[in-house]
Order: sequence, then structure tokens, then C-alpha cells
Amino acid sequence: MTLDSKIPEGPISDKWTDYKDHLRLVAPNNRPKIDVIVVGTGLAGASAAASLGEMGYNVKAFCFQDSPRRAHSIAAQGGINAAKNYQNDGDSTFRLFYDTIKGGDYRAREANVHRLAEVSANIIDQCVAQGVPFARDYGGMLDNRSFGGTQVQRTFYAAGQTGQQLLLGAYSALSRQIGLGRVQQFNRHEMLDLVKVDGKARGIIARNLVTGEIERHSAHAVIIASGGYGNVYFLSTNAMGSNVTAGWKIHKQGALFANPCYVQIHPTCIPVHGTNQSKLTLMSESLRNSGRIWVPKKKEDAEAIRAGKLKPTQIAEEDRDYYLERRYPAFGNLVPRDVASRAAKERCDEGFGIEANDTNEGVYLDFSTEIQNKGKQTAYAKGNHNPTPEEITKLGKEWLEEKYGNLFTMYQKITDENPYETPMKIYPAVHYTMGGVWVDYNLQSTIPGCFVAGEANFSDHGANRLGASALMQGLADGYFVLPYTVSDYLAGDIRTGKIPTNSPEFDEAEKRVKDAINAFLTNNGNKSVDHFHKKLGHIMWNKVGMGRNAQGLAEAIKEIAALKEEFYKDVYVPGSADELNPELEKVMRVADFIELGQLMAMDALQRNESCGGHFREEYQDSEGETLRDDENFKFVGAWEYKGYDISQEELHKEELKYEFIKIAARNYK
Amino acid sequence: MAKSSILSSSIAKKVAMALSGLFLVSFLLLHVSINLTSIFSADVFNECSHFMGYNPLVQYVLQPILAIGVVFHFVMGFVLELQNRAARPIAYAKNNGSANSSWASRNMIISGLVVLAFLGLHFYDFWFPEINYKFIQGMPIDETRYFPELVHKFHSPVRTGLYCLSFVLLALHLWHGFNSSMQSVGFNNKFSRGLHKLGYAFAIVVPFGFIVIALFHHFNQ
Amino acid sequence: MSVAKNININLKVWRQKNAKTKGSMETYKLDNVSTASSFLEMLDQLNEQLVNERKEPIAFDHDCREGICGMCSLYINGRAHGPDTGITTCQLHMRSFKDGDTIYVEPWRSKAFPVIKDLVVDRSSFDRIQQAGGFVSVNTSGRTIDANATPIPKHDADRSFEAAACIGCGACVATCKNGSAMLFVGAKVSQYALLPQGRVEATQRVLNMVRQMDEEGFGNCTNTGACEVECPKGISLENIARMNREYLAASMK
Repeated sequence: MTLDSKIPEGPISDKWTDYKDHLRLVAPNNRPKIDVIVVGTGLAGASAAASLGEMGYNVKAFCFQDSPRRAHSIAAQGGINAAKNYQNDGDSTFRLFYDTIKGGDYRAREANVHRLAEVSANIIDQCVAQGVPFARDYGGMLDNRSFGGTQVQRTFYAAGQTGQQLLLGAYSALSRQIGLGRVQQFNRHEMLDLVKVDGKARGIIARNLVTGEIERHSAHAVIIASGGYGNVYFLSTNAMGSNVTAGWKIHKQGALFANPCYVQIHPTCIPVHGTNQSKLTLMSESLRNSGRIWVPKKKEDAEAIRAGKLKPTQIAEEDRDYYLERRYPAFGNLVPRDVASRAAKERCDEGFGIEANDTNEGVYLDFSTEIQNKGKQTAYAKGNHNPTPEEITKLGKEWLEEKYGNLFTMYQKITDENPYETPMKIYPAVHYTMGGVWVDYNLQSTIPGCFVAGEANFSDHGANRLGASALMQGLADGYFVLPYTVSDYLAGDIRTGKIPTNSPEFDEAEKRVKDAINAFLTNNGNKSVDHFHKKLGHIMWNKVGMGRNAQGLAEAIKEIAALKEEFYKDVYVPGSADELNPELEKVMRVADFIELGQLMAMDALQRNESCGGHFREEYQDSEGETLRDDENFKFVGAWEYKGYDISQEELHKEELKYEFIKIAARNYK
Repeated sequence: MAKSSILSSSIAKKVAMALSGLFLVSFLLLHVSINLTSIFSADVFNECSHFMGYNPLVQYVLQPILAIGVVFHFVMGFVLELQNRAARPIAYAKNNGSANSSWASRNMIISGLVVLAFLGLHFYDFWFPEINYKFIQGMPIDETRYFPELVHKFHSPVRTGLYCLSFVLLALHLWHGFNSSMQSVGFNNKFSRGLHKLGYAFAIVVPFGFIVIALFHHFNQ
Repeated sequence: MSVAKNININLKVWRQKNAKTKGSMETYKLDNVSTASSFLEMLDQLNEQLVNERKEPIAFDHDCREGICGMCSLYINGRAHGPDTGITTCQLHMRSFKDGDTIYVEPWRSKAFPVIKDLVVDRSSFDRIQQAGGFVSVNTSGRTIDANATPIPKHDADRSFEAAACIGCGACVATCKNGSAMLFVGAKVSQYALLPQGRVEATQRVLNMVRQMDEEGFGNCTNTGACEVECPKGISLENIARMNREYLAASMK
């Protein structure tokens, strides 16, 4: 199989415009004859479904949650990037493009990323027109903040709930189409297989999670926008229901899965606290604008803190190690996520961690400096040029509350500690997956008619995603890319007519799903689904996590393969198929996670270099920074499914060409 | 949208409830003001009462409007209560309403029914005898009869007690009702928040005035 | 900060096989619950225990577990989202309970939120209200005006955002003695009413959304204010007053 990325010719800034102008169209009178299925209603799915509905296609949208508004895009906190240059700090489409490529450690496609940067400004315009209440300044203009990996302020935000506001914007557009009858919404439905007819994606098999009914849905094209696979680690910042099943099922039907080993570990999450913990909570990266990250300089101080004998506020300024500011003076606390995460791990591995959990993993994020700075600024702005220390502290805390109030409250509710008074404790946690289903420039997978958007595809972030870029990509794909490329594909289908659901292909796909469900329900096992999920997560975090090496990865591959055997032999699923059965939902998802986990380890093992979120301990420079191997690994690693035994999957390579950006070592010093 | 469906909407109903309530509030204010005169001067009280009893505008325009207002407020309140109960067919096994709302706000139907029952007693005490006097017996005009009638009614400790109890419930009804009606008509801003205190003061002062009148005459027989 | 410890608790949980069957409160005992656990992690623990005993685990809605998706619900000890205020059930931690406590766990109770199973209810009535008018009618184009072309006073943008912060969890309906959805609808109406781009359709929006709300079988607001207290996002009653105003103005047009 040769991978054709279908990147158009021409200068980078004209590629998308020219290409778009020459794509085929479907006339308005033909669109109602064409069905499109959208799986997932996060930013990418909801925006795609709404836009295609507006155009006049018959859209069927699916989500496993009880409402499209609950997709996990809702939890994104910090913001969305756009090259608007409202702050006049020299931002441009090219800079956003360049920052994203560099941030991704030169492992993303130039053409895709440039298109993303081009449409970024349209996203903000579109969202404002929809009534998304972004933060504004007193002049009534949109406000911006900075994010990691950039030297400009291009991040638009709505307090710490930007993802929520953008998703509700897309959801409102989707709701409008549902109300108009252009989109049919299927809540509490899970896609469990893809149906191919003559090699083309022509429908899905979905389970109604309330009644348990297995349903057949046909369409002329299928869009998968089902999010990322971070839950392969069990503990992550993803929602409990986030899963890879839709992506994995199309992989099994022939779609290649690209760069599975690229996982983003987010530096600012609340550390693990106990064995019954079900998920990790993110504290927005935007906090790094105002917080300084440190651990004690002395090991004995760290030990005393862990033992509860010392409080962080008792550590003198000169005994604190602001290790990001020390190692990366130019970017300081705002280095990209992968760099910040590894630096935290490095300190904790050396014994300076401050959290009293099993692994001592935790560092401080301290707001005391910002309280003083902003307190003073605010006092001056109010005409008070001789503020007392108490006034400064009070005003500084108020400033923080205005900016991050909801995050601070959330932190306090979870940890029972007051971050206005004592530094937050944070530690990296699995957050986002850059890898995903391989797609070409049209966002089409290797299965014709099967498109993949948002986090579910691999396309835009290379080996590491910059903060506030996930929201941008989801909406870019759904609002401004798919409507054009899907139409181009559908132009060939105006004479096809309705796809029947009584064909042998549907029979076969339905049988596959029903057999899998029955096998689990009649299995004579005695261990819960979570038992296996936790075991998988343990292997993944320890051996395919922030630091990886050949030996650990080889072990992980074996251990996961063995876990898979044990899982099919020993898992116990209570209840029946024809009812709401959360355990059954989980077992279907964990089965896919186990297979994907093995593939992730294989991908990490073949990639003998360090890049972005993929850090191979063997490949680092003398200062512990990633060491890429551009000569041998400047490619997208896309895997082809070859049956039950995942170790048989075949690797295909898509060479990455850098024509417009000079490839260089990533330097944030 | 048809006008009729607007009038039957949930918001229209609550606005109607609020407006009828506010109207009754204004009547209460008038009523308590007139009655309070009985404490200071029997003559003034008699004069006011006679005016209210024989002025054609009051008798044939305002009184029917008031009656309609009372009936409307009651019927609407009852309809809303039934609808609201239907909105939760299965009750909670455990419900901690006091954690988030006042007793008065949650039990308007109880305080309202008590006030309604009191109205029955009140009609029996004053309105029926009045109709009897004026229209059935056709007795001559006597401008001095009102004060003795009033005092006489508060002779019985049971009746005085019932009156006082009813006014406590009326206070609770007003405690929530006054400010609630402001919110219902959409009046919620910095001025309305200032008005809240006035609402609470009204809820206490007016029923307290009635109680003072009842007790005053009871103990000054 | 309190130090985490383990407690033993009793639970009374509503069990109901499906929408058609009748349910009842069942009693469970659960030992060794860490006070650092979230309430939902406690339910996970109970479910793990039930699965190991080969009993059917309790179905409950949850997803993001960080208080933003609005999926989790639960009426705990007589209060929506439990005894704490300003949070969702997933953010409620077991440190709010004491050793030996008996905890009542019930689904949202509303005619418009029928029980699907155990503690899971159907809140699609909220979706239908949104579909009736909770949007600005603008198509995707990439050709809208520049985002900064219309300045919006910060005060209005902030109020709009505060209303838009609603997560659609349904606690307002659950806690309201009348099962009224006016805080939810008021917040949605307000978000758009406060922005210039939403004013264009304001009349139709409020009429349509209120009509749909009434059709769904929600009760009527009697201004008890319980919704505002229990709302995990602190949505203000002002939004209901604003909706009332908008509705009255729209009715007169």
C-alpha cells in the first residue's frame, strides 16, 4: 500500500485556496438525496454535522452521551488559538503555522498545518457570530492570553471554560439543524462497527445504549470524530466514556492508524491521590501564565514536605528550585507541554517530588509572585500609589480570582487546599493523543468515504500539540475543511440513491457486533472490566508513558498481548444485551484499548528517536532534551491491521517533506 | 403564535399571579390603614367605613374588581399548584428543602389556604351581616354602627386568636409573595434588590397592624 | 486540609430495572471508603463490590468527572448534587460525610426527566428546548464579519458568559419543588439576549423556547430560589427575571 497524502502543489499560502476552488461540488437540489453519518458530537463532529446539515445533506449524528453537548471538548479550559494579531505583537498565519510545526517537533504535515493556521481567524469570527461569549476588555474588544510554546498572545478564551463555550456554540448550530429536521440526532448510541460496500464506507452498526438494540444505519459517507484514546492509560484527563472504539473499528476495516505512540502528557494536572481514583483533573495550562513551577532545592526539604512536617510556604525563596526558569530562561514556565512534563518527571525521579502518594510525584505551581505583581498593578491602576502589603495581596488575589476563579475553586473542592494561600500541587497526566487514524489532505482515511476529524485523526500536531490548538483543529476540520472535501467525495454519489441496509455487508457487520457482545456476556470469567483496564493502564503508564526505552517497550508488548488473552478468558460482564448495561459498554471499549495499547508500544519501539511527546530515554542530548533523528524517522508511521495478533500489523511510512520551514532542533532556551 | 397560547403559557400565568397578588397587596394596605383609625378615633373609623360601605364607586366598581381579584388569585394559585405537583409524579424519599429555600416560599399553598379560610370567617363576620343589614333587612343608614360592630367581634378570645394566627400566615404569604411578584414581572436589578427590604417590611408591618387592632379591641372591651 | 481516612457507610439507593418497571430504595453497606475519594469513585467502589458478588451494578450517569460536562446528577441526602454547594456530584468528595452515615441516593425526579434505569434519567427535553430557539441563525461560511467589528461592553459579555456557563445538568429542575426548568431556559435566553448578535431573533427565541418548555411538562416557577442555590455554576435568578421581561415584551409585539 502506498500512502498518498494528496497534498496539492503550489506555494504553501495558496495551496488550500486553489485546491478548494477546484474541488467538485454537489448542487443544492442533489444534497437531500445524500446521507452522511457523523460519529461523535464534540467540536469536530458537531461543527461538521451542523455545517453539512446547513448545506442540505441528510445528516445522522451519533454520540454515546445523553446529549451532544456533553462531548469531552466541553472540558477544554484554556483557550483557542487564532492568528488575528489583535494584540499587535507580530502574529500572522505564518507564525501560527511555524509555531505549530515547531511545537510538534517537525513531525506534522506542512500543508495541513498551514491550512489550520489560515482558517483559524475564521473560526473566531464564526464563533462570535454564533454568540459565543469570549472574554472582552473594557473597550469591548476580544481579549487574548499567552500559551506555552509561543511568544505572542493569540489565545482567545472564555474564563477557564473555553471548550465549553465553543462546544455549546457548535451544539447550538447543531441544535438548530436538528430543529429544522436537517440533522437526525442519536443520543446514547455507540458505533460498534463500520460497514463497507464495494470497498467504500457505506454505514455503521450502532448499539442503542438504552434498549440494547443493534441498529443499522447507512450513508454515502461516514465521518468519525470520536476523539482521542488517552483512556488507554486508565487514568487520564479524558472523560470516563472517552474511547477509541470508532477509530479502532475502522482501523480493523482497513484504515491505517498513524503515530499511535504520540501521546501528550499535560504538565499541570492534580497529582494522583489514591488507589480508587477514577480519573485525573487538569488545571488549565493558562495557569502557567501566572504561576511559577518549583520543587525544593534540598532533598531533605522535599522529604519533610511529604512527611507533612513542612509546609511549602515555609521554604525560603533561595531554597526553591524554579527548574523551568533555570533550564529555559527564554520561555521559562511557558515551555511546551512535553518539555514541562519531562522536566517535572526529571525532578521527581531525582527525589525532589513533594506529593505524598505512592510515587512521590508532584511539584508546586505557585501564584504568590503573581499576587504581588498584579496586586501592585491593580492598586496603581486604581490611583493608589502607596498600597500597603495587605492591600496588594488582597487586590492580587482578586485579580487571580477574576482570571482563574473557577479553576481555583475546582482545585479546592478536589484537594481541600486553598491555592490562594498555598501553592497548587501538580503533576503531568495523559491528556491528548496526537496520533490517530491516518488521513490524507481531505481528512479521508484509507477507506474511501470514511473521513476522520478532530483528535481522532493524526494530522495536525505532529509529535506534540501546543496548548489551545486542539479546539482550533476540531473546529477547523468540522466547519472549514470537511464541508468542502466531503462534498467533493459525494459529488460522485449523486446517482447512487439510498444505500440499502439489508445487504450481506450489513448482515455480516451486524453479526460481528452481536457475536462479540454475546461472547462477553456468556464468558465464564470472574474479574471485572476495570480490573483489566487498570492493569493495562499500569503497563502503559510505566512503560509507554513519559519516558520509554527499548527494553520496557518490548516487555510492554508481551505483557499486553498476555493481558489480552487473560482478558478474553477471565473477564466477567454482568447483565444482559437488551438493556442499559454500562459494564457491557466498558468491556467493548477496553477490548479495543488493549489492542491499541500494544500497537502504541510497537510504534514507540520502532521509532528510534525522541520527538515531542515521544521520549525515548536512549535518545537524548547531554541536557536531557529530545534528540530527533530526521534522517531516519522524518515520517508518519501508519499501521495496517493484519488480524487478531496485533504484533503482525504492518508499518507504512509517509515521508514528511519540509519545503517551507527549515527543519531544525527545537530550542526553547 | 396565537395570542391564546401566549396567555396560557407558564410565564403568563405567573405574571398574572404576581399582578393579582400585587393588587391584593394594595387592598391590604388600604384596609389596614382604615382599620388602624379605630384605635385612635371611633369617629374617623366610622366615617371611613361609611364611605366605603355606601360610595357607589367603591361598592359597584371596586368591590367587584376586588372579588374577581381574590377569586382569580385563588383559582390560579390552585391550578398552578396542581400543575406543579404533576411535574413531579414520584416524590423524593428524602428531601431537604430547607437547605436551599425558605419555608414561606415552599408553602404558599398552605399559607394561602389559611388566608382563604380566614376570608370565609371574615365574610361570615362582616360581609354577610353587612349585606343582610343593607339589602335584605333594608335597614336605614346608621353612620355610627361600624365601630361597635368591630369591637364586638373581638370579644371572643377564640376568634381573636384565629384572627391573629391567620395574620401570621398572611405575613408568611407576603414574606415570599411580595418580592416573588417583583421577580415574576421581570423586575430584578439593583433597584429591586433595594425594594426587597421594603417587601419584607411590608410583610411584617401590615399583618402586624391587623394583629394590633384585634388585640387592642380584645383587651379594651 | 483534612487528612484522608477510611469510613464505613450505609447507602439507600434507588434501583429501577427500566422505564417500564417500578423501582424501590435498596440498602447497601460499603466499608473502607477513603474520604479523599469523590462521591462517584465511592459508587465505582460499590459497583466493583456488586460485580464481585455477581450482582448487577448500579447504573448512574457520569462522564467528565470534573464538573463541566453536566452528565452526572444524583439527589443525595435530599439535595441535588449533594450537601455541598457550587459543585456537581463528581466534584463532591467523601470528606463531606462521616463514618456510619446513611446516605440516600436518588435520581432526578421530574415528569420531564423520566428514569431510564436506576439513577439514570432522560434529559433530552433540554435538548428539545435548545432546538426550539437556543441559537443564532448564522450558517457556517467563513465570511461573517470580523470578530472585533462589533464591540460588546465587557459588562454585557461577562453577564452573557455567566449565563452561558450553564452545564445543562438539570439540578435546577431536580431541586425545584415544582420541577420547573426556568433557570435553565432563562440562562439560555439571557446568554443571547445580552449580545447584539442574539437580539435579532430575541422575540421568536423566547416565545419558542418557553412554548417548548411548557410542552415538556416542567412545572412553573414560584421563585423559591432553590435552583440558584443548588446550581453548580451559580446561575443567577436574574436570568429568570430577564426571561420574564423578554417574554412579556415579545408577547406584546
